Amino acid sequence: MTEAVIAIPSDARPRLPRGVRLVHNEAQGGWVLLAPERVFKADPIAAEIVKRCTGEATFDAIVDDLASTYKAPRERIAADVGALLRGLVDKKLMEL
Amino acid sequence: MATNGAALSRPLGLLAELTHRCPLGCPYCSNPIALDPRGDELDAATWARVFREAAALGVLQVHLSGGEPASRRDLVDIMRSARDAGLYTNLITSGVGVTPKLLGALADAGLDHVQVSIQDSEQKSADHIAGYEGAYARKRALAAEVVAMKIPLTVNVVVHRANIARIEEQVALALDMGAARVEIAHVQYYGWALKNRAALMPTREQVDAAVKAVEVLRARHHGRIVIDAVVPDYHARFPKPCVGGWGRRSLNVTPAGKVLPCHAAESIPGLEFWSVRDHPLEEIWTSSPAFNAFRGTDFLPELCRTCDRREVDFGGCRCQAFALTGDARATDPVCHLSPHHRLVEELAVVQEDRVYSYRRM
Repeated sequence: MTEAVIAIPSDARPRLPRGVRLVHNEAQGGWVLLAPERVFKADPIAAEIVKRCTGEATFDAIVDDLASTYKAPRERIAADVGALLRGLVDKKLMEL
Repeated sequence: MATNGAALSRPLGLLAELTHRCPLGCPYCSNPIALDPRGDELDAATWARVFREAAALGVLQVHLSGGEPASRRDLVDIMRSARDAGLYTNLITSGVGVTPKLLGALADAGLDHVQVSIQDSEQKSADHIAGYEGAYARKRALAAEVVAMKIPLTVNVVVHRANIARIEEQVALALDMGAARVEIAHVQYYGWALKNRAALMPTREQVDAAVKAVEVLRARHHGRIVIDAVVPDYHARFPKPCVGGWGRRSLNVTPAGKVLPCHAAESIPGLEFWSVRDHPLEEIWTSSPAFNAFRGTDFLPELCRTCDRREVDFGGCRCQAFALTGDARATDPVCHLSPHHRLVEELAVVQEDRVYSYRRM
């Protein structure tokens, strides 16, 4: 795919739409994102990002939080979070 | 235990048939011909235990179905117990009997998704197929409530000879109702539908037109509504991987508590089903004779065991193999390679304009 990736605005407040939920299931080995007739496994990093998408925190605040929690370079975190959220928005699994 | 030495997989979905009671009489109902009476239904406390055991087993989504689930007065308690167990809750309803008050209570308790059936895009035809005057209007009213409460909505349309020519109108109706997803579900011939097969069977020309219509509509409505549709059994070249493979992905609990690998499994004679009244769900999943009867591919005839598609469709549907050949271990005769495939071809051209045998208790 060569489509340009649309960046997530820094003041966007991402949230899960009604009908999409992040659930922990021990037997399935961790976090899963559940949607109508669809199930997505979320790795631990994706789960930490999605958990912060409450509709309250801005994209910038989420990145700051993760950068300080994991003591990682802010730019890299911003790129990772942006890519994950864009993918979820395109699948209608996240609202901005 | 699992055959082929493979580790036993964990189920993802559970179909909870809360009751067989239903105000509608659809002649293709997926419930068995012998319906469970009200007095045999599991109580809410037992369902709550089943949901906790299901979540521990790996189940992620529960489909609250029936019959009409709203026929249960304790539906809100049952739904809440599924949510409390950590499950994603999908209400599968005819729309009749779900009052705005009930829907509001379900929404407040965290209902995740609603699937409502429509019988046709034309009111008169829809009510005739449902065997219930006024069903169409009540379904539309319920869908409007669901959308107003911002609960995601799927519309399910079962298609057959009487309505297969109107797929475009049915998809337009689903859009108009505010659905994000529409299922174009061709009738599958088990139970009640098997009884009504000649009255429901579409012609080859109708099926071809329907497949084309879905392609055109998918392109036209891309990004607005998801259209799920598959080629109907009797007109396909390969069989469907029924329920994702026997005892692999899902399980079904009947109103009285029997646990089945699929909703039609009781149509196969000689299978021993266990009940949630007698065994924990995990034990039923791993050890009950019915679940282990057709796991894997070892039991299949050589035609299937040596086929490239054996892990794709697992030889097709066991219930269909039994219904059409008398042998539940046979290749599903929908497969064009089956020695019995002619049977399917012969049945697919039998169309009789008979009065429906409506589904009744």
